[in-house]
Amino acid sequence: MSTTTSTSTPTTMAPASTSALNASRTTATAARVLRQLRHDPRTIALMILIPCVMLFLLRYVFDGSQRTFDNIGASLLGIFPLITMFLVTSIATLRERTSGTLERLLAMPLGKADLIAGYALAFGALAIVQSALATGLAVWALGLDVTGSAWLLLLVALLDALLGTALGLFVSAFASSEFQAVQFMPAVIFPQLLLCGLFTPRPNMHPVLEGISNVLPMSYAVDGMNEVLLHTDVTANFIRDVLVVAACALLVLTLGAATLRRRTA
Amino acid sequence: MMNYASGQPREGAPQTEGAPGSAGAPAVRAEGLTVVRGPRTVLRGLDFTVPRGQVTGLLGPSGCGKSTLMRAIVGTQAKVTGTLDVLGRPAGHPTLRTRIGYVTQAPSVYDDLTIRQNLDYFAAILDPGRASAERRHENVTQAIADVDLTSHADALAGNLSGGQRSRVSLAVALLGTPELLVLDEPTVGLDPVLRRDLWNLFHSIAAERGATLLISSHVMDEAERCHRLLLMREGEILADDTPDALRHRTDSETVEAAFLRLVDEAVAAGRTKETTR
Repeated sequence: MSTTTSTSTPTTMAPASTSALNASRTTATAARVLRQLRHDPRTIALMILIPCVMLFLLRYVFDGSQRTFDNIGASLLGIFPLITMFLVTSIATLRERTSGTLERLLAMPLGKADLIAGYALAFGALAIVQSALATGLAVWALGLDVTGSAWLLLLVALLDALLGTALGLFVSAFASSEFQAVQFMPAVIFPQLLLCGLFTPRPNMHPVLEGISNVLPMSYAVDGMNEVLLHTDVTANFIRDVLVVAACALLVLTLGAATLRRRTA
Repeated sequence: MMNYASGQPREGAPQTEGAPGSAGAPAVRAEGLTVVRGPRTVLRGLDFTVPRGQVTGLLGPSGCGKSTLMRAIVGTQAKVTGTLDVLGRPAGHPTLRTRIGYVTQAPSVYDDLTIRQNLDYFAAILDPGRASAERRHENVTQAIADVDLTSHADALAGNLSGGQRSRVSLAVALLGTPELLVLDEPTVGLDPVLRRDLWNLFHSIAAERGATLLISSHVMDEAERCHRLLLMREGEILADDTPDALRHRTDSETVEAAFLRLVDEAVAAGRTKETTR
């Protein structure tokens, strides 16, 4: 009558709402993640200060050509949150997996969506602080010349951070140690970095590479930043870029959720 | 059944036969329970029941499948076949998640949170919402007191000793007054005084709340403190009985001697089977 069969777990008819998003459990998870970070002020300082220092450095590397700084600076404002959140999330999730807390949580009435949304919320909040500081520094102190609204820069930066969180969550499922998790950074992020149009406009690349760059989400993050840089109003291209980044983040988050298994070998 | 003076569960544990909850269906019922991990069959067609409202000990050498059995019961083990009913539902059923407290062998707590923050978080998962904040706070305070860590409540879990961390992990399982507590070696590495206190706590949880406890250990002297014992070896159950009956049946002084005798018999039986084959 009640044979428990292998891998799949029944998630239907759950009165404790294990599949739908539960607001209290999500915010409790986000608060817990932020509390963990608060006990680690050095990580917070590194996350928030390093983008600012890099932008500062960049400004004077391109001391003679303000135009180059505008281009690269705007792109980097989109790339920093992605990289930081990728790293932080992949390590944090890996720790959940290896410390047994993930197994414990999934044996409790916590929905996978609650856990993922909690992480996204916590790191999203951190990304807002990081991006606001970096954008503010670039626009007001370093003279980054943005034609559009700085708020739009911030919006793209936030979406990039969510994309980074999603990617980090996803790859942590394939890493069994922190060494491996860190190595996923060059594997997942560097190719996108090379192909996103940061070093040379994408149309100038070999057609094959341009084709590949068309399906990499970071390309759209950088394009979106450049749209804001060059246009006063919200262009159709900007909307497309933002939607692509958001859709990618959602897609990868869903894939990441699929890697969280209640039953494991 | 013989009644040795030392045969009763010790440390003032009341006999819970007939206590509320012990009547009716067992807390756990397994029939032909088999678990495969990779190429290995870890549990081989187990049949057993765990009665309600009692402390059942799960004993056996390390690597015999105790943890896998516990993971199957709480529903975190993959590739489980056969029948496994827990509190009247198939193991792993979503409604069971609030009714079972589970402590893994390695303490599973956040090292970068304080004891209280750890418990606050897990309590918020079990009993979410602002309306229950008051009840959660009481629950957390009680759980910390139960494991005797009140004076350390605001210490980071990462700075605690191994024994203290495993008690934090235990406190998490006590939250929300679960009907079934599955504890994987909860007393490993603890000093004798703490071990005695924890066993007293286990018995009072069974007696006062009518909860069922399934506690694994490879320390045989802890077996004497259980109402019932499941002795395991190499993925099979050697015996399912009270400590008294076990000692009596094997004509042994202690459960340890009884277990060793049962193992020898099993090995001898295995040999004769092989030689006659």
